[in-house]
Amino acid sequence: MDKLLEQIKKGTVWAFPGGIHPPQQKSLSNSASITRLPLPDKLIVALKQHIGANGKLLVEKGQYVLKGQPLTEPAANWSVPVHAPSSGVVTDIAPMPSAHPSALPELSVIIEPDGKDEWVALNKNKNPAELSHDELINIIHQAGISGMGGAGFPTYVKADTKQPIEFLIVNAVECEPYITADDVLMREHAKEVIQGIEIMQQLLNPTLCIVGIEDNKPEAIAAMKQAAEHNSKIIIQTVPTIYPSGGEKQLIKLLTNREVPSIGIPADIGILVHNTGTLFAVQQAVYEGKPLIERIVTVTGNTIHKPGNVWALLGTEIKHLLDCQGFSPVPQQSVVMGGPMMGFTLPTVRIGIVKTTNCILAPDHKELAEPGPEKACIRCSACADACPASLLPQQLQWFAKSKEYDKLQEHNLFDCIECGACAYVCPSEIPLVQYYRIAKVEIKEQQADKIKADRAKERFDARKERLEREQEERQNRHKRKPAAKSADEKQKVAEALARVKNKSDNGDEKSAVAAAIARAKAKKQQGEELEPDNSEVAKERALRKEQARKYKEQKSQTDESAETAPVDDKKSAVAAAIARAKAKKAAQALDNAEQATNEEPQSAAPVDDKKAAVAAAIARAKAKKAAKALEEAEQTVSEAPQSDTPADDKKAAVAAAIARAKAKKAAKALEEAEQTVSEAPQTDAPVDDKKAAVAAAIARAKAKKAAKALEEAEQATSEEPQSDTPVDDKKAAVAAAIARAKAKKAAKALEDTEQTQPQELQVDSAAPKSAESNTDDSSVLINADKPKSADDKKKAAVAAAIARAKAKKLQKEGNNQS
Amino acid sequence: MKLTMASSPHNHSHKSLTRLMLSVIAACIPGLIAQVFFFGTGVLIQLVLALVAVSVFEAAIMLIRKRPVWPALSDGSAWLTAVLLALSIPPLAPWWIIVIGCLFSIVIVKQLYGGLGFNLFNPAMAAYVLLLVSFPVQMTAWLPVTDLINTPIGFADQLRLIFTDFTASGFSLDQVRAGVDGLTMATPLDTVKTDIAHGLTVTESMQKPIFNEWAGLGWAWVNLGFLAGGLYLLKAKIINWHIPVSFIVTLAVCSAIGYIASPGTEPGTLFHLLSGATMMGAFFIATDPVSAATTNKGRLIYGALIGLLIYLIRTFGGFPDAIAFSVLLINIAVPLIDYYTQPRTYGHGAVK
Repeated sequence: MDKLLEQIKKGTVWAFPGGIHPPQQKSLSNSASITRLPLPDKLIVALKQHIGANGKLLVEKGQYVLKGQPLTEPAANWSVPVHAPSSGVVTDIAPMPSAHPSALPELSVIIEPDGKDEWVALNKNKNPAELSHDELINIIHQAGISGMGGAGFPTYVKADTKQPIEFLIVNAVECEPYITADDVLMREHAKEVIQGIEIMQQLLNPTLCIVGIEDNKPEAIAAMKQAAEHNSKIIIQTVPTIYPSGGEKQLIKLLTNREVPSIGIPADIGILVHNTGTLFAVQQAVYEGKPLIERIVTVTGNTIHKPGNVWALLGTEIKHLLDCQGFSPVPQQSVVMGGPMMGFTLPTVRIGIVKTTNCILAPDHKELAEPGPEKACIRCSACADACPASLLPQQLQWFAKSKEYDKLQEHNLFDCIECGACAYVCPSEIPLVQYYRIAKVEIKEQQADKIKADRAKERFDARKERLEREQEERQNRHKRKPAAKSADEKQKVAEALARVKNKSDNGDEKSAVAAAIARAKAKKQQGEELEPDNSEVAKERALRKEQARKYKEQKSQTDESAETAPVDDKKSAVAAAIARAKAKKAAQALDNAEQATNEEPQSAAPVDDKKAAVAAAIARAKAKKAAKALEEAEQTVSEAPQSDTPADDKKAAVAAAIARAKAKKAAKALEEAEQTVSEAPQTDAPVDDKKAAVAAAIARAKAKKAAKALEEAEQATSEEPQSDTPVDDKKAAVAAAIARAKAKKAAKALEDTEQTQPQELQVDSAAPKSAESNTDDSSVLINADKPKSADDKKKAAVAAAIARAKAKKLQKEGNNQS
Repeated sequence: MKLTMASSPHNHSHKSLTRLMLSVIAACIPGLIAQVFFFGTGVLIQLVLALVAVSVFEAAIMLIRKRPVWPALSDGSAWLTAVLLALSIPPLAPWWIIVIGCLFSIVIVKQLYGGLGFNLFNPAMAAYVLLLVSFPVQMTAWLPVTDLINTPIGFADQLRLIFTDFTASGFSLDQVRAGVDGLTMATPLDTVKTDIAHGLTVTESMQKPIFNEWAGLGWAWVNLGFLAGGLYLLKAKIINWHIPVSFIVTLAVCSAIGYIASPGTEPGTLFHLLSGATMMGAFFIATDPVSAATTNKGRLIYGALIGLLIYLIRTFGGFPDAIAFSVLLINIAVPLIDYYTQPRTYGHGAVK
């Protein structure tokens, strides 16, 4: 380290590979002193003249602004303001062609100077050493200073670098041919530049400041050396004239023998580079309080009458510069902003100069070589010999032409600084830099696309995973729930059984209570408690997703229990036929259901002559007009006892008919249902005096194809009683036919329900005793039944039809009818 | 005002392909003069023949390829090939030898591979090898220096020999080649090789009249002529020093080692450097940019490999000279050499 410092102080300059010696052409413009242009008619101040975000507009159209008044304020990261270059009126704020190779329109403030050139109040600082770090940074930031060498990097960001800076390098090399802006600046304003350097020293506290100047500027070197005499930490280093020694990386190599890492910035190796012009602007901002509103521009080329350097206000149209210096265009004139190596041609001269505009070059056809046709590459590698980054331009060119982006990156395309040395020396006149620029853009686009695609894939994968997870969860839920529920229900069933047993012990042994509980939309809990034996059914039921459906089944099962309850060993037989029609074609379904209920009693009747055969036809129509339907259903239920009592004087035959019509045409359907229910007892009565034959036909049609399902259900119910009755002539034979038509698998469902019947029969004996206590809600009905049970101790068959409805008129009607 | 737009850089070094090629051709002149001086004007006839032939073939193939003729022809690369080929073949070889050579080099080796810049092999050397393998008799029928020829022949006779195989007085090429002692004379390289094979020492072999004290009569001067031209190319920065230097140094070192190891059967460094096509190979053949290595490190390896191969073939191989074979063989290795000799790019792995 000390050795390096020693070497630098001794004046050692290292070399970078490659480099070229294009004709200098500097004497064209560096002999005269800097002149000041007359005020232009119009100033086009682009809001963005640097790398980073635009500032926020502070002015409006029509507003009068003073010279140096900020037009924007910093809004985001790396955002620096622009200022009014002269006093005048903002005539427009509109997108204007920008100082960029594309000349793409950039939002600009257009000011018409009033000619007074009146400054805003300037905040001068005589002694910047008294200012704090943050104050200085703020001044530099608010003055709108950005790198004036070319890239336009916001200077306040660099000046506020947190990394330790060992060497502050001042780039006064100006290696591009023709340009002499920094040269004349140093000649005339060396003191100010040194003051700018000292401000940077104050901010960054570097070990050493090295000013690199090419040896073709002896006057500038002398002036700078003189101005820096008092400061031992500033070294004016003369570097050989070789293009591109003014490239930041090349200059660092030249002055310190260090290399900026490929993916890195100079600050990473303790170095910071500032342009001479930038430091002058810093000095102006700090000492004079002047924001960056003007700069030196070299106007040169053989078509310019008075080539030289001018102080130009930012936003001055290039045309104004050319006109003021005298300009005789040649055919196919080109105007270059910047130097001949890295500058770009302009599509129009109606573009305002910006903070980075150091030169306007208007050459004729002799001084700069006319580009010839591109010829075949002979792999002479003159380009590689000229490349200051030690790239292999020739190989890069082949890869760029064949779009081998991987190879391009492997050959470090992105380390190309686009200095143009390769293209300059190419004997085949291949526009190498152009190929690299295109390739770089394409690679960047490709990378952007790849990032996009990766994100999309990520999102897609995440979504897929989520869907799979959800599906799995759903499946798990289905698996778990039935098990839990069945366990739960088993317990409940056991409890119910226990209760029933207790009650049967307590109560009258022979009393048979037939309770037909028709619940309309009752609470689920209660319904479940009432279920004596339905675990099997419950399991099936649990499989249903919709609670409504589940609930309906529960209701039907309570019906079954109610139906089975009245079944006494000797006495009453209750036939409950529950027909559910859930179809949309409820009308048709109901018709079928009615027929079923009609048929069942008739078939059951002949079986039993002593005991009452109760055929309960429960037709459920689940309609939207359920309320109305239920009222009617209640009526029918309440009517049933009345019809039952006369039918059987000794044995009560209770027919509980619960007809639910859920159809839209429920009214009509229910009427018919009622009729069937009322008919049923009449036919039942004569049938059985001793043994009750209970035919329970539960036909459930839950399908949309209810019609078909119901037909099957009917068949089942009609067949079962017939088969059941012969089995038991004394004891009650309970035939419970539960026909379930589950929409799609109706046939199978029916088989299942048939299997459950034996179980129901087993608990039948116990059921009647519990019927009374369980049917609290339907006390009215039970009251009606009780006398009958008293009358006949042995053969009493009580048919209790408990219909619960949510309708408020249920009880009232029930009372009336009882 | 309409402005012309262009991509940077807006200036150019004024180097051009044509100028480059013509400079190389110009650099051949010293060698050519030496060849004419020592071996007669036949080489000029061959040169004209070759230039006409390549122009015709290049134009024809460009027409067939539906490409503009003049830009291809005017880049001078075909003419350079013609010059190198004409300087490589025996001056009095029949006319069809050079024509076949030109046809092969331009049409097959260069244009069928895609034209200038795309050929894997040095066109002149590929053609030379084709001719040598196909027509060994004609391709080895070198004349001794004019002084040693029994009956010196004039320009007209040489012309007749090239086109009709006989001089005006009815002598065939073989008769013309017979020396004063009536024996057909081979090139110095060939002579030494044959003599060593016959058990003679190098010293004994070099007692023969075709030799001066260090190398073959005339051949040494031809080589020095090419060396001069090569130095001009280096000076004019048309070629880089890497290939010729590594080429010559390797050949010199190898032959020196050989001479030290076996002085009786090894002709020594100077003989190797000034015999055959050594200098032409080092400065004009191996440096052909299209088929040579392109990185500086790679060029050093490339040149060294050629030098080594030349020594090995000359000493142990079946052919007296080995420039063409060595160059072609190492041409094949160029992509590999280039790949593994990429320079360290700025900012990559630098020592801090």
